[in-house]
Amino acid sequence: MEDEVRLMKGNEAIAHAAIRYGVDGYFGYPITPQSEILETLEELMPWETTGMVVLQAESEVAAINMVYGGAATGKACMTSSSSPGVSLKQEGISYIAAGELPALIINCMRGGPGLGTIQPSQADYFQATKGGGHGDYHLIVLAPASVQEMADFVGLGFDLAFKYRNPVMMLADGIVGQMMEKVILPPQRPRRTDEEIALQCPWAVTGKPATRKPNIMTTLELDPVAMERNNIRLQQTYALISENEVRYDEYATEDCEYLIVAFGSVARICQKAIEEARQEGIKVGMLRPITLWPFPYKEINRLGKQVKKILVVELNAGQMIEDVRLSLDNNIPVRHFGRMGGIVMDPDEVLVALKNLINE
Amino acid sequence: MNKEEIIQRGTVVECKPRLLNDNTMHYCPGCSHGVVHKLIAEIIEEMGAENIAIGIAPVGCAVMAYNYVDVDWIEAAHGRAPAIATAVKRLNPSRLVFSYQGDGDLAAIGTAETIHAANRGENIAIIFINNGIYGMTGGQMAPTTLEGMVTSTTPYGRRVELNGYPLRITELLAQLDGTCYVTRQSVHTAAAVRKAKKAIRKAFENSMNGLGTSIVEVVSTCSSGWKMSPEKANDWMAEHMFEKYPIGDLKDTVK
Repeated sequence: MEDEVRLMKGNEAIAHAAIRYGVDGYFGYPITPQSEILETLEELMPWETTGMVVLQAESEVAAINMVYGGAATGKACMTSSSSPGVSLKQEGISYIAAGELPALIINCMRGGPGLGTIQPSQADYFQATKGGGHGDYHLIVLAPASVQEMADFVGLGFDLAFKYRNPVMMLADGIVGQMMEKVILPPQRPRRTDEEIALQCPWAVTGKPATRKPNIMTTLELDPVAMERNNIRLQQTYALISENEVRYDEYATEDCEYLIVAFGSVARICQKAIEEARQEGIKVGMLRPITLWPFPYKEINRLGKQVKKILVVELNAGQMIEDVRLSLDNNIPVRHFGRMGGIVMDPDEVLVALKNLINE
Repeated sequence: MNKEEIIQRGTVVECKPRLLNDNTMHYCPGCSHGVVHKLIAEIIEEMGAENIAIGIAPVGCAVMAYNYVDVDWIEAAHGRAPAIATAVKRLNPSRLVFSYQGDGDLAAIGTAETIHAANRGENIAIIFINNGIYGMTGGQMAPTTLEGMVTSTTPYGRRVELNGYPLRITELLAQLDGTCYVTRQSVHTAAAVRKAKKAIRKAFENSMNGLGTSIVEVVSTCSSGWKMSPEKANDWMAEHMFEKYPIGDLKDTVK
């Protein structure tokens, strides 16, 4: 039964995967296009099976602070939202990063700025990868391109979050959230016991046994010397993550003369465009960053020495293109093609943009 | 005679609770926080609950409450303590979970979290220190600042046409179905301290008995913020604060 192929939306897959991973708590607030995550969890009633807590909070602000509180007790906690809601969560995300707490935050992006649109977008790339909240911190950012990855990245996200004691963001979009695909869900795991948590998370705020000093989860440090030390420790963690956790996918790059860089659902559109281009004899390949932070700088640098030109395709005005440019140490042309405001490009548009770049 | 000779075993009638550690408190002389901290330490000790107690500290003067009472603590973002307490209690139902918040934290920036945690009937205790002023940031107007009261942001006194009315949020919380015990206390006399202790103990017991949200407001002094001597501040509080914030139970479904 574990390998049963199911057909469902990406948002639903996240809910199923969370229960099966043994997540302890989900705290969310409805917002399109990701409300199915909360709805599916409420429908599945995991509190009766695994004991998972599911709670509809009064706001995104409350939800992320519930995650902060739950994570401080060593529990595996998550929240999900979409762009305007994720903006509201930024304060809490900064605290979670400062507290070096493991947590999973899902942003099923929609078009902005402001209230924007409920249609898909990738315009929160800067917010997710460059900070978002206040202070020097990084989230590990995973970009799923399929319903299968929506399910798989729940487990991967929590594994990384606990490994490095750092919050992880799954930066999805309205396309992968809403589209239905085949998915194989992970096997059901039991939630960790309180004894296992005490052993794995000696820092957790669990109530003080006589055998240890109080555990205090605070992000306040009034002594600048100690606060700089905290920052240095965070930066050391980020260096370690950058060294070990870069993930990416390459498609048709062996012989390519032109390179497309795209993430998430847009990479699927570009794959189709590449198939069409190859039929016309254009040697084009693609690198899809799976981790947007840490970003695959080295890998793009390597391909930058192989190809003549690079096209970055995004559902925004040009955000990831800055990291692509930072990857390179030569002067090959790097151009952006994007649509905004909830409009999704089709493969033909990508092909036209590619040909324009080639003919430049 | 030295201290040991004066204080003989068996003669001690009052002592510092074991859970209140020896760290030097940053609170000003005359501040109510120290007294309430001591009560919390005493109650947790008397309940034998130090191994299950989890406190949620606010942003405000009590931001470093965790430095003084030796139990596990989480320091919240400004106003978010009830949301944090919600998750901590739901994920760890066997724990004694309480938040400790000031008037700015609970009744201004955290109003939504306060009302909704109480309305869900979370099994937590909320200790609410109301001194009518922002102490930590240097004496600005709080939602509970009295009409006419001078603060650094109401230098000519709070005017309702500019700043609205003093917020009696505890009365509001008493209306919610999720609260089981809502009371207003003070700690300015020995008798008041004894009553406040009884109230906080009851709130803690209610939360362990799963009866819903308990709220203990402690009308407090801020001698620095009010620019008065501790003694004068006590008198001023009794004379002015109690009129707007009368002492006593507002709701008790657990009688």
